[in-house]
Amino acid sequence: MHTKRKWLVGAIVLAALWSAPLEEGAAQDFPEFIELDSLSDLYGPVPFDHLMHLDFGSCADCHHHGTGVPVQDANCARCHSNAETVPIISCKECHARDPFSATDIREKEADLHLYHRDKPGLKGAYHLSCLGCHEEMGAPTGCNDCHVRTKAGEAFFRGGPR
Amino acid sequence: MKGISRRRFLAASLAGGAATTLSVTKEAWGASSFDGYPDGMGVLVDLTRCVGCRSCEAACNKEQNLAAPAEPFDDMSIYDKRFHGQKRRTDENSYTVVNRYEKDGAKPVYRKIQCNHCNEPACLTSCFTSAYKKTKEGAVTYNSKVCVGCRNCMVACPFAIPAYSYSSAFNPEIKKCVFCHETRLKNGQPPACVDACPQEVMTFGRRRDLIKIANDRIRTRPGRYVDHIYGEHEVGGTAWLYLSDRPFEEVGFDTTLSKEPIISNVKGFLSTVPMVLAIWPALFTGFHLLSKKQDHGHGEHAHSAQEEDEK
Repeated sequence: MHTKRKWLVGAIVLAALWSAPLEEGAAQDFPEFIELDSLSDLYGPVPFDHLMHLDFGSCADCHHHGTGVPVQDANCARCHSNAETVPIISCKECHARDPFSATDIREKEADLHLYHRDKPGLKGAYHLSCLGCHEEMGAPTGCNDCHVRTKAGEAFFRGGPR
Repeated sequence: MKGISRRRFLAASLAGGAATTLSVTKEAWGASSFDGYPDGMGVLVDLTRCVGCRSCEAACNKEQNLAAPAEPFDDMSIYDKRFHGQKRRTDENSYTVVNRYEKDGAKPVYRKIQCNHCNEPACLTSCFTSAYKKTKEGAVTYNSKVCVGCRNCMVACPFAIPAYSYSSAFNPEIKKCVFCHETRLKNGQPPACVDACPQEVMTFGRRRDLIKIANDRIRTRPGRYVDHIYGEHEVGGTAWLYLSDRPFEEVGFDTTLSKEPIISNVKGFLSTVPMVLAIWPALFTGFHLLSKKQDHGHGEHAHSAQEEDEK
């Protein structure tokens, strides 16, 4: 009986841990695994273990706002409240794939009151965010630690006429 | 030889003098600072973001169809090498190169060099065949068809950027970054290096907007940057602008350059050249003739007076 209860308690604790929200108020329906493939040309898609990365920080470390957890950057918090949840949350929905296209530059110029005028493109956002944190945390920082080169990538770094 | 009357000589001298004065004034006015084409594009390089991956070098190589380097672009040992005791420079097969600047106890800084596409380029003003052109999009382009290979531009460039294809015995030409003008810039696209950079070290946009963005970065992140945009005023302003967290002179920038375009150093002198060439021959011929006339006495004078009467 005693051992049975021990097992039961253990199971309950485990179950509680398993299902515990990672953070107070955090969105529950996030993808655990993401394939970052919108920019693959020189490199293959990057498998990104979203869930694993939650062991190292808060949602708001990468998602500036809208995840339901407290906004960390005081400047962002001036407009984006903690309670706010927004439908647009993934990187690529806000950071442009082609940030310097003529259309993009024209649109920025036309919008005189645009606040986020210096917003990095998608590639910049990924790397500035990922690599910056990887450096701080002592995680891998080499290009090929996250990326696998395609044939085009191999030729690109070899250089010369093709 | 026909004589010249004193009246005619004085009139001609005065007219010549006036013309020269006027033309000099006009030149001086024309030389007042040119701020670049209002819609000219530029690139803001934020050195704090660069990780030295050399993707920009590889992208440039591909875009410009350059020869393959001896070591591939993912070879980072290049940062430890020295060439004639110096860090790497641009050459005929690399229009852009990245160098690393180390300092004890600080993160290394990587700095990409290429043509800075000056508002008033020294290469352009030094070229007597007008092989260079500053396009309205902001690029400084080069036309090998009219180049005679004098290499004045290589001497004139304050950033030591133009290279010469010494490897070509019969058709050598200047090789330098052209802002991908033909293949990209004139179609409104950023240069290949900007597109390739993973860290968005480079921001492409109108030069006037980039200065605002750069100032905003300095203002909103106190302590992160040196409070200076390199290229905003240097040598009259360049299309490529730089932000750094280390003093610019520590990371290879020439901070002794004046705010004036290089041409300003020689403009005063050059404007006197046409005056000397145009006025001196007339002036001294006049003096010569006057002195000769005095030698000949009244006969010559009478002849001139008669000539005047006939008219």
